[in-house]
Amino acid sequence: MSDSNKTLLDIRDLSVDYETDSGTVYAVRNLNLSLGYGESLGLVGETGAGKTTTALSIMQLITDPGKYKSGEIYFEGRDMMTLPEMEKRIIRGGEISMIFQDPMTSLNPVITVVRQIAEVISLHENITPDDARKKAIEMLEVVGIRPDRADDYPHQFSGGMCQRVVIAIALACNPQLLIADEPTTALDVTIQAQVLELMKELKERLNTSLIMITHDLGIVAETCDRVAIMYAGNVVETAGTESLFTRPMHPYTTGLFDSIPDLDSKEKRLKVIPGLMPDPTLLPVGCSFAPRCTFACESCERNKPTMVEVHPGHWVACPVVVEKGGVSR
Amino acid sequence: MSAKSNENLRGVVLRFSKNRFAVLGLILIILFCLVAVFASHIAPYSYEEQDLLNTLMPPSSEHWFGTDEFGRDIFSRIIYASRVSLKVGIIAVGIGMIVGGILGAVSGYYGGWLDNLIMRAMDILLSIPSILLAIAIAASLGPGVVNIMIAIGISSVPQYARIVRGSVLSIRSQQFVIAARAVGGRDFHIIFKHILPNCMAPIIVQATLGVAWAILNTAGLSFIGLGIQPPIPEWGAMLSSGRNYIRDFSYMTLFPGLAIMITILALNFVGDGLRDALDPKMKR
Repeated sequence: MSDSNKTLLDIRDLSVDYETDSGTVYAVRNLNLSLGYGESLGLVGETGAGKTTTALSIMQLITDPGKYKSGEIYFEGRDMMTLPEMEKRIIRGGEISMIFQDPMTSLNPVITVVRQIAEVISLHENITPDDARKKAIEMLEVVGIRPDRADDYPHQFSGGMCQRVVIAIALACNPQLLIADEPTTALDVTIQAQVLELMKELKERLNTSLIMITHDLGIVAETCDRVAIMYAGNVVETAGTESLFTRPMHPYTTGLFDSIPDLDSKEKRLKVIPGLMPDPTLLPVGCSFAPRCTFACESCERNKPTMVEVHPGHWVACPVVVEKGGVSR
Repeated sequence: MSAKSNENLRGVVLRFSKNRFAVLGLILIILFCLVAVFASHIAPYSYEEQDLLNTLMPPSSEHWFGTDEFGRDIFSRIIYASRVSLKVGIIAVGIGMIVGGILGAVSGYYGGWLDNLIMRAMDILLSIPSILLAIAIAASLGPGVVNIMIAIGISSVPQYARIVRGSVLSIRSQQFVIAARAVGGRDFHIIFKHILPNCMAPIIVQATLGVAWAILNTAGLSFIGLGIQPPIPEWGAMLSSGRNYIRDFSYMTLFPGLAIMITILALNFVGDGLRDALDPKMKR
């Protein structure tokens, strides 16, 4: 967190639609998000909240039927939306890297792992193939894979090892920003911890900013400085990790915390948030969460809530809880 | 670079050599190629030398495979014919595979109007029977070995385009392709380095079968006078000229038929072996 007051990434008013046969899916709606140098942000939300779409938008990798409807994405002051394709390619992999959810499918099955790492290096650096290979082997050692496994193919590795290779690819060119899209969802718990530990360590060492996309609040508590809670294509609450965990404000956030099973309580049923995420083709006019919210009033159903700063650095988009000064749990 | 590519190449060679049928196929193909190159040294007679006193002779110690209706030695003709047939078969398939492969890959990768344009054009070509198409192309280019290869190559383009497009479509949406874009790969790089190596299996199978198809089609074209001009021998043409005598002198069709069959079998063995050897998952 060397100079986190300066912003590395600034997303303003981003909207992304998927135009499908069954209607337009409003995947991301007027999203605002910013990230400082060296900062790590947890992007939390349930399936379909638009987390991955946001990540792909930052990389400018949204393809048909996805469309950018509005917004600017400033990365180091340059608007990714308007950059020519050639410069986007230089940024992808070189300055922003992405780790995908399933490590087994994000590696090419017919290319050895060392060549896949060397490929990124030679795409972004003016380097001879031999030096690229040397550097790739160094990267493998950094993520804890023995050099004698360098010429193996991805199917000869376990899921956790594959994710290490993916991390090596992502960090091979010292990117400014690393986007990890549920990097541990496909791994079992012990490997999860190892991979998270590795990511945390490398992030510190290389001073990379991190966007950690997850639906696991535990991972956020462990790795992130700041959290943004996403619901139906928008950020509903953003705060420092500690502030969010001690004073969750938005009814959705408190619902998320409540739905984590508690060993001490005697209740037989889990506390779930009633209802489902709204149909992304038919978002409510007002607050997207209003249909499921116990605090919803008439004005919630009519007006889009705006973000209000309730504590320093703690923003929430819910006028009702702001008025009441928080939800009692 | 050299160290690692040697390593991989050695793996492929090792896996290939473990497949006995593939090795047998390769030996046969090399043998046929040597025969083609040294035809003039191996053949006991010239391919056009007629011996009108000894027409339609059955196989004997003098004429191993017998003689045809003009008294030409069938053994010598088959040896000389391997030159034309192998060349036409392999080069025609090469043309079809490269042109069709590129069209199919571009079509499958980009999709949209480009895909529509290319694939509708391929549909038009496919709606014409391929032999008719080859006849039309050969007729407009005129007879000759090179023109035959072009005609047969072009008429096989749609098949390769379809196969490659189908494979590319299934590979394109896989995560490692998105990941390759996410590290800044260019489209060209992604198509040729990430997608096509993953669709080699159906292409190799189609190509090895395609050689047989090309040799037989050359025969068809030769038969109607658009292909290889007599007296230059060619397996397919020998097969079709022997057809008139098949009742009494079946060896006239038997030997060129065997030559085609063995070539195709050998190519299929090699194709299968190659497909398995190139697939790293087959490695133990």
